[in-house]
Amino acid sequence: MIKILSQPWPWYISGPAISLIMFLLIYFGKSFGFSANLTNICAMLGAGKRVKFFDIDWRKQQWNIYFLIGSVAGGWIAAHGLQSPGPIQISNATIKDLIKLNIPFDGKLEPASVFNMHYLFTARGLLIFFGGGFMIGFGTRYAGGCTSGHAISGLSDLQYQSLIAVIGFFLGGLIMTHLFFPIIFN
Amino acid sequence: MKAIKYILTGIVFGIIMIKSEAVSWYRIQEMFRFQSFLMYGIIGSAVFCGVLGIAIIKKLHLKNNSGNPIQFEPKDKRWRKYLIGGIIFGFGWALTGACPGPVFVLLGHGYAVMGMVIVSALLGTYVYGRLRSYLPQ
Repeated sequence: MIKILSQPWPWYISGPAISLIMFLLIYFGKSFGFSANLTNICAMLGAGKRVKFFDIDWRKQQWNIYFLIGSVAGGWIAAHGLQSPGPIQISNATIKDLIKLNIPFDGKLEPASVFNMHYLFTARGLLIFFGGGFMIGFGTRYAGGCTSGHAISGLSDLQYQSLIAVIGFFLGGLIMTHLFFPIIFN
Repeated sequence: MKAIKYILTGIVFGIIMIKSEAVSWYRIQEMFRFQSFLMYGIIGSAVFCGVLGIAIIKKLHLKNNSGNPIQFEPKDKRWRKYLIGGIIFGFGWALTGACPGPVFVLLGHGYAVMGMVIVSALLGTYVYGRLRSYLPQ
């Protein structure tokens, strides 16, 4: 069992499994939207005293914080008990494109040459992790949700606003990848 | 005790995110370069199952575990915020290779740099909250 689970999962298992998470939360009377936690944590830290937007009863969202704690634990369990037997297999075209950006493919989940504490405190590292994180937080709240809230929950409920948001996610990602990456990484 | 079912659901979510490789920076690059079907397959099949399931919930007026009818909240009709906010989010998604869920899953996996992404995402959320009334919605 552990051996089977440790293999990388094919998309036709992962995708339906993600929708099951959404249905489980719906069954519990909640909704699947991870980025709401960023608002909850701001509210927990007392942001509601200064900014009305955060003046919410975060205790009603406590379940989502538990879900967050579980997802951190899930990442740890997958890393320690369900390691894939081999390197990840990405397309050759992507490997070639990334070499042009000076990011060698190393078969890990994340490129080790970028995802390390030393790189974090370089100009590029700060742009990627601080800038990227800031834009994730700002953009997701501006758009009223992230991949879980819009791409999964919203599209499943056929909400056109979520389709607009998802089109925005992809536009932003395409512009960053094809226009800005060559500038940032060269 | 109520906490446990959400923690367990979160654990399963975290494992799915890692084993699907949807948390991988490389996989997000493949997606934005249209060089692999994996991410499209994951999101597409999740939405396919989601649409079917929600249609069934609505058709059969299913109830949740506390016995109340399952309802879906309609979203704000204005569209600008979804597009502008979405594009800004997309910039961050491509840069870090992660969206809010995976950021936390990757921290659990052992990527300490994600701590910085979490702090700055909280800052970004806070700044949005402050500037909200000045932004086009």
